[in-house]
Amino acid sequence: MVNHIDLSSVLKRSVCALYSNLVTRPTGAAVRTEIELQLGQLGPKALTIIDFSHVGALDFSCADEIVAKLLLSSIANPERQDVYFVFRGMTDSHLDAIETVLERHGLALVYDRGVDGVRLFGDIDPAGREAWQAVFNCGGGPADEIAAAVGIPCEEAQALLEDLRHRRLLMRTEEGYVAVRPVS
Amino acid sequence: MTTLIDVPPSLDDKSFEQVLDQLAPLPPDEKIIVDARRTRWASPYGLTALLTLAQSRADRPGFYPTEIENTGSYWARANFYKHAEEVYEFHGKAHRTPPHRESDVLLEITPIVQSGDVHNVVERIQKKAQEILTGKLNLEPSSTMRFTMALSEACQNIIEHAGCGGWVAVQTYRWQQRLNGRKVVVIAVCDAGVGFRQSLESSPARRLRDRWNDAIALEEAVLNGVSRFPDVGRGQGFAGIRRFVGHWDGKLSVRSGTARIVASVPDWDSDETAREEGLPPFPGAQLQITIPERIA
Repeated sequence: MVNHIDLSSVLKRSVCALYSNLVTRPTGAAVRTEIELQLGQLGPKALTIIDFSHVGALDFSCADEIVAKLLLSSIANPERQDVYFVFRGMTDSHLDAIETVLERHGLALVYDRGVDGVRLFGDIDPAGREAWQAVFNCGGGPADEIAAAVGIPCEEAQALLEDLRHRRLLMRTEEGYVAVRPVS
Repeated sequence: MTTLIDVPPSLDDKSFEQVLDQLAPLPPDEKIIVDARRTRWASPYGLTALLTLAQSRADRPGFYPTEIENTGSYWARANFYKHAEEVYEFHGKAHRTPPHRESDVLLEITPIVQSGDVHNVVERIQKKAQEILTGKLNLEPSSTMRFTMALSEACQNIIEHAGCGGWVAVQTYRWQQRLNGRKVVVIAVCDAGVGFRQSLESSPARRLRDRWNDAIALEEAVLNGVSRFPDVGRGQGFAGIRRFVGHWDGKLSVRSGTARIVASVPDWDSDETAREEGLPPFPGAQLQITIPERIA
C-alpha cells in the first residue's frame, strides 16, 4: 500500500491552519504524532511518501522531531519492519536541516529528486551507498547477484544489505532485496 | 535611595556593558532609574537588553526616554516603548508611533514566551526578509529560509532554556564603525532567565569537570552542542546558526552570566574577542547574529 503525506496539510490540520513553516519542537512533535496515527491505520506493510513541497522553512528542531524520530521509531518498532518512507519536495534549506539531524542520529533516507532521480541521503558509507545503488539499478535480486554486481564477497554483500534493510532503505522479498523507491 | 543608570549615547552589545558596570555594585532590590535621555542610537540588542534589564530587577525601575526626536521616533516604530511601558515606570513623555513610515525595522521588538510566538515571528518576517536579504544585502534568495531557520532556533532557546519570556528584534542598518558603512542585518534575542550555566547544571547527565563557569557553559552549549536534555537530537540549533552565520561571513555572539563568546570571529571584526570572562553579572542569555551586506 502506498500512502502520500503532504506535510504542509498535516501542519495546517494538526497545529494551525495559518502556518506554513515547520518550526519549533512542539510543532514537529504534533506533526509526527499525526503521521504516526496515519501509519497506524495502514497496517504492517506500507510505503509512505513524505512530501515537503509546500513547506516554507524547516528548522533543526522540527527536522529532528519529524524526520529523525519518525525513522528512529520505525526502526525500533518490530511491528513496523515493513513500513518504508520516501521523502520528496525538499529545498536546499530543508536539506541542510535534515542532513544535520540524520548525521547526528546515524540515519539515512530515500530521497526522490523527481527528474533528477532517486538517491540515498544522510549518514551512509560509500559501500552501503554502492550496494543500495546496485540493488536500485538492477531492480532487485538476491545477495549473491548484488555481490557480483558490486564486486565484493557474498558474505560482505549480505551484511551490507541486511544493514540497509534494517535501516528501512531496502525491502526483503522472497526473491531477494528490493530498493525502497517511489511508486507511480 | 535611587541610583541613576546612565545609558551611553550609542547603545549596542558592547556599550551595554557600561550599563551593566553601573548595575554590578547594586543589590537587586535597589531602586534604579535608567536614563536614556542623551541616547541617540540603539541597536536591536541595546533595546531588547534594556527590556531584559528591567525584568531582572526586583523593583520596577524608572526610565527616562531619549530626548532626541528621531531616536524616539525610531524606538516607537520598533515597539520599544510599547513593551517598555510594561516593565518600566516612565518619567517623561515617550514618543508615539508615527503613522505608517518606511522603516528598516525587519521585526519590531516582539516578546517570546511560547512556541506559538516563534511561529508568528517566522510567518511575519519571511516576505520582508526576502526583500532585505536579497534586495539590500545582496545575498542569494536561498538565504531567506536559512535566515528564518536561524531566527527560529535563536528564539526557541528562550522557550527551552530561559525559564521565562524574552524578546527578539531584527533590524538592518549601515554599520559605520565597521565594514566601511556596509549594511548589516542584526538579530537580537535577549532574556533574563536562568542562563546557560544554570540550564546545563539542571541536567542529571552533566559531565562533572574540574572547572565550571559561565564561559565553559557557553562553550559547551554554543560550540559543542551540549544540551540539558538527554535526547541525542537536542543541541543542534546552535550548530545550525553557526553554519548559517559562517556561510554569510557573519558573527554570532552570546553573553550569559559573566561571560561572552563569539562563535567565530570574522575578518571584518578582527579586534573582537572570542571569549570574555569576568564581565559584570547579568542574568539570562543575550544573543546577537550579524550578517553583513555581500560585496561582489
